[in-house]
Amino acid sequence: MRPLTLSRLLLQCAILAAILFVVVVIALKLGAVPVSLYGLGRDLLRVMFGQSSQISSDYGLIVIDIRLPRILLGIMVGSSLAVAGTSFQALLRNPLADPYVLGVSSGAALGAILALIAEPHLSLSPALAALLTPFGAFLGAAATIAAVYVLGRREGRMESSTLLLAGIVTASFMSAIIMFLMTTLSGSNLRGMAFWLMGDLSTSFQKNLYWVLGVGFFVAAGAIYTTAADLNLLLAGEKEAMHLGVDVPRVRLVVYIAASILTGLAVSVSGAIGYVGLLVPHVMRLIFGSDHRVLLPTAALGGAIAVVLADTLARTVVAPAELPVGAMTAMAGAPLFIYLLRKGLA
Amino acid sequence: MSAPTRTALASGKYSGDAPHTSSDVRLSVEQVSYAYSPNPSQAPLFTLEATSFQARAGEIVAILGPNASGKSTLLKLIAGAFQPLSGRILLDGFVTHSLTPRVRAQRIAMVQQESRLLFPSRVWEFVLQGRHPYGHALRLDTETDVTIARNALAQVGAYELNDRWMDQISGGEKQRVILARALAQQPLLLLLDEPTLHLDIAAQVDLLAGLRRLAAENRYTVVVVTHELNLAGEYADQVLLLQRGKCLRVGPPAAVYQRDLLEQVFQTPLTVELGPSGRPRVTVSPVT
Repeated sequence: MRPLTLSRLLLQCAILAAILFVVVVIALKLGAVPVSLYGLGRDLLRVMFGQSSQISSDYGLIVIDIRLPRILLGIMVGSSLAVAGTSFQALLRNPLADPYVLGVSSGAALGAILALIAEPHLSLSPALAALLTPFGAFLGAAATIAAVYVLGRREGRMESSTLLLAGIVTASFMSAIIMFLMTTLSGSNLRGMAFWLMGDLSTSFQKNLYWVLGVGFFVAAGAIYTTAADLNLLLAGEKEAMHLGVDVPRVRLVVYIAASILTGLAVSVSGAIGYVGLLVPHVMRLIFGSDHRVLLPTAALGGAIAVVLADTLARTVVAPAELPVGAMTAMAGAPLFIYLLRKGLA
Repeated sequence: MSAPTRTALASGKYSGDAPHTSSDVRLSVEQVSYAYSPNPSQAPLFTLEATSFQARAGEIVAILGPNASGKSTLLKLIAGAFQPLSGRILLDGFVTHSLTPRVRAQRIAMVQQESRLLFPSRVWEFVLQGRHPYGHALRLDTETDVTIARNALAQVGAYELNDRWMDQISGGEKQRVILARALAQQPLLLLLDEPTLHLDIAAQVDLLAGLRRLAAENRYTVVVVTHELNLAGEYADQVLLLQRGKCLRVGPPAAVYQRDLLEQVFQTPLTVELGPSGRPRVTVSPVT
């Protein structure tokens, strides 16, 4: 018997956090402009101690103002998608569930685009306007997961294959509407939109959107973490979980709303990045086991590592040009998806 | 025949000779009925007519009857999973359906026909799940939880399995582990839905004898749904006979196991005789 202790939980998270730190340092160093490790460390320390004015001007701007925000964004997006994927897999009892496969990302993208279209017509203050896109993405995500949940049930039972098909059909329907909307937009927007839809971290945002992202992530991920022990029991089915004291309707509501917030936030800043929410939970489960009290935080860190790595590759392999990060994750994720299907894990 | 008459037939015999006062009674099923329909606008597909019985601490009640007679429905009603159409079910004076899932799981443990796990887990992890209704905020397992889970495994004689994977143990071993998880809930009421299904005869006898011992040691009230007439006759204090949603009789096995009644319910010629233990024994007589 090896029951979970706080020290083991913290140790496992610390190992992944250390790996994430190394990946972040590599990501800061790599790029079109070379940066020395020494200079990097010196500049980061100066930022931390509030002495940004002393940063050497030649590459300080690149590292601190361009690469670092993008890496922080990648960490948040990766964590959000991985946590959303982990909780969808447990709640729907489906090892292939993930925001992208279920069409939730497409729904969030549609919501975000609708918000972008509506924004000029609403006279909002800049602070509220910044909130509009993530909020639209959240609504789109929540509406899609509700639709997929209803469509995926047949005679009150949830079949794995029906659910996945419902997700795929929903995703293609959403994409068709997005195409329709995009053709009504002006030509200059079109290219940026297409890139964003593939999953892209290069867009820059207003500063207050970062606050929305940070607070939203910690609140939603924290809410999901309070159900970690319940999700362990839900793996055996809703009825069995209920007999062991799980308030199933409450857990379902909390996880659906919180996972929709996470997906909405991630999609509103980075578009539909696929396979992170599917791949990361499986890898973490192989390493750390299927206890959600461990799996949720390790998946969050693993998702961050995966997206930061993928984004670093995306902006270096064809430098000075850039790939969308979604193309990188799909290249790695699609073969694994096929492998899981063939192994009968679905 | 109208419903009240049938109810009188079902409950009358038992309540007539119930010797104990209501303070001994732990589980009280009072005139409980239920109707199931997949769609509220349709006529119900299945109904359970008013059923009553009472059980004390340490007693084993067996629910018997052919397929689709409402055995599992009655068990789920007792577990509080379904809301009765009429009547009520009291456990130590509380209506089981109105308890919160957490409080209910501290008092009622349900052993269901085995379910497939999505991702594999170890035996000790599985048994620790029984401590879930007692967990606090972060729900890390405490020393007490581990001790209780360990004792539960020892009580069913499966402690040596604790480090094995759930999908790598035999059917009989798995059934004991599932029972251990129910014991880890430290319930007042232990409900079992066909626990002997897929078990060989030795494992069946082992399980029922174990239940008998546990009910006596831990003062559980045990309600078990089963097809095994002879095991129920041997180990149960009361049996309840259901047929097509009607409770035909409740009482000690000797009173319920009557040849014409069982032949009519199970639609099979059979004989009932007294076994060496003084309990009734049913033998199916082949049709010639």
